[in-house]
Amino acid sequence: MIKASKLAYEYIRRDEEGNVEGVVRALDGVDLDIKKGDFVAILGHNGSGKSTVAKEINAILEPTEGVLFVNGFDTSKEEDVWNIRQSAGMVFQNPDNQLVASVVEEDVAFGPENLGVPTNDIISRVAYALERVGMTAYRTSSPNHLSGGQKQRVAIAGILAMKPKCIVLDEPTAMLDPNGRKEVIATIHELNREEGITILLITHYMDEVVDCDKVIVMDNGKVVMQGTPREIFSRPEEIKQHKLDLPQVTELACELRKDGIKMPDGVLSVDEFVEAFVSKYGKK
Amino acid sequence: MLYLDKVNYIYQKGTAMEMPALHDVTLEIGDGEFIGIIGHTGSGKSTLIQHLNGLVRPTGGNIYYNGRDIWDEDFSRKELRTKVGLVFQYPEYQLFETTVEKDVEFGPSNMKLPKLEIQMRAFEALKTVGIGEDLYDVSPFDLSGGQKRRVAIAGVLAMKPEVIVLDEPTAGLDPCGRDEILEAIDRIRKERKITVVLVSHSMEDVARYVDRLIVMDHGSVRFNGPTHEVFQNYAELEKIGLAAPQVTYLTAALINRGIPLPGIATTVEEAREMLRAVTGVK
Repeated sequence: MIKASKLAYEYIRRDEEGNVEGVVRALDGVDLDIKKGDFVAILGHNGSGKSTVAKEINAILEPTEGVLFVNGFDTSKEEDVWNIRQSAGMVFQNPDNQLVASVVEEDVAFGPENLGVPTNDIISRVAYALERVGMTAYRTSSPNHLSGGQKQRVAIAGILAMKPKCIVLDEPTAMLDPNGRKEVIATIHELNREEGITILLITHYMDEVVDCDKVIVMDNGKVVMQGTPREIFSRPEEIKQHKLDLPQVTELACELRKDGIKMPDGVLSVDEFVEAFVSKYGKK
Repeated sequence: MLYLDKVNYIYQKGTAMEMPALHDVTLEIGDGEFIGIIGHTGSGKSTLIQHLNGLVRPTGGNIYYNGRDIWDEDFSRKELRTKVGLVFQYPEYQLFETTVEKDVEFGPSNMKLPKLEIQMRAFEALKTVGIGEDLYDVSPFDLSGGQKRRVAIAGVLAMKPEVIVLDEPTAGLDPCGRDEILEAIDRIRKERKITVVLVSHSMEDVARYVDRLIVMDHGSVRFNGPTHEVFQNYAELEKIGLAAPQVTYLTAALINRGIPLPGIATTVEEAREMLRAVTGVK
């Protein structure tokens, strides 16, 4: 679905007078191989290059070096830009910056309209997309009256209506309350499971990562760790070196191991922790 | 210090668009406290904090600052706003000056202080939030996300407030930036002995830092008490769109399975102590 080889992106930094201050290499030799139907999370501190990857996948940025293929299209070829954006839709952090219409269903229709989809098709696509994200009841509402989580679901519906193969989400839950976060994460997992849509989730919340198929950790424009959540979170020291966090249960298990308490590596959920702990220290 | 007595607020009162936002909110905010406010989007948190420095006038009830009604005719709300400093969400969007130093000086220079005093205050405030002198002449727009946010906080600190209210100061920051900000806030509170009110969506953060937690739901105060006690009500918190830290669920589940813990934990450190004790590890 997404394949990158030695992908690099550089931009020129200028001071206020426009003099060149230097060249920043935001991406530095990134290899990616994301298969159809994968649910992949990208972690990394601010400035690690993860959002740049997202923009490359959406052909908002062109590679300086290397190649990137999205759904078989080369992102450096201008004539394929629309094919690429239709294959890989993007959802951003701020729900208020990406809704354009004054009525929910018109907002969802905006994408397919721009693709030149016939009206009847648009109507059925919008109905399907809103159904999929559980927002049908709000189709005639104004987006202004929705909660953050609902707005993000409408933004996802807008992408869905373009029938993408892949959705890239750049910190979609950063501005949401706990409930809104749950709604959005549950929605994208459903789309992945039931519709086979490839998901690329960029996030700072470690607990959103534990249910993914694969985690990619970025630092300094490079991919520095790659693996299943369990493999990644079994390497707590490395995670911390890259200025990231562990989910609370993972951290706790890790600390307890240092104390000599027998806990397995890479505990990812409350249930796993409870089972491991009770089997060792519970009443017989 | 601040006392809210049955504060009510209705948006666009008297029109067809009337919308209640606060209902009979009675609260006390004491000297030197570290208070957290949580609540789902639209629960009234932001409306509430805008009442604290008189940005919004309640449609019912009274607000007292050091015993005086802030809406009395002879009460200076302009001065109040230097005593109760508000740091809004995404404060980095409110940076506007050409250099970091000028931006932080903006607040105190509106207080008609002598030039030297303004510079001193800016210097102190920047030092407190951990911004070094090498960055004073840099454009605020060239800073990292966490740095920008610390500069914005310094701008409020430079007015030497007695209370500082922060609306989701860590939203959108990475784990490192988040810890930087929260550590800075905690340090400021201790060094300057000021009151801090922290509005947050992160249950882990409030569990770690604040002493008292106020939970808003539909414009009313649902819970108000020591942080640890409030999280005991995790099942009810979930019903109103909130949650508890992951270790709270973990310790509750362990108790359920017969592990004799003294109660639920709200931080990783606390859970660690409990589990060490129960396994007999020293």
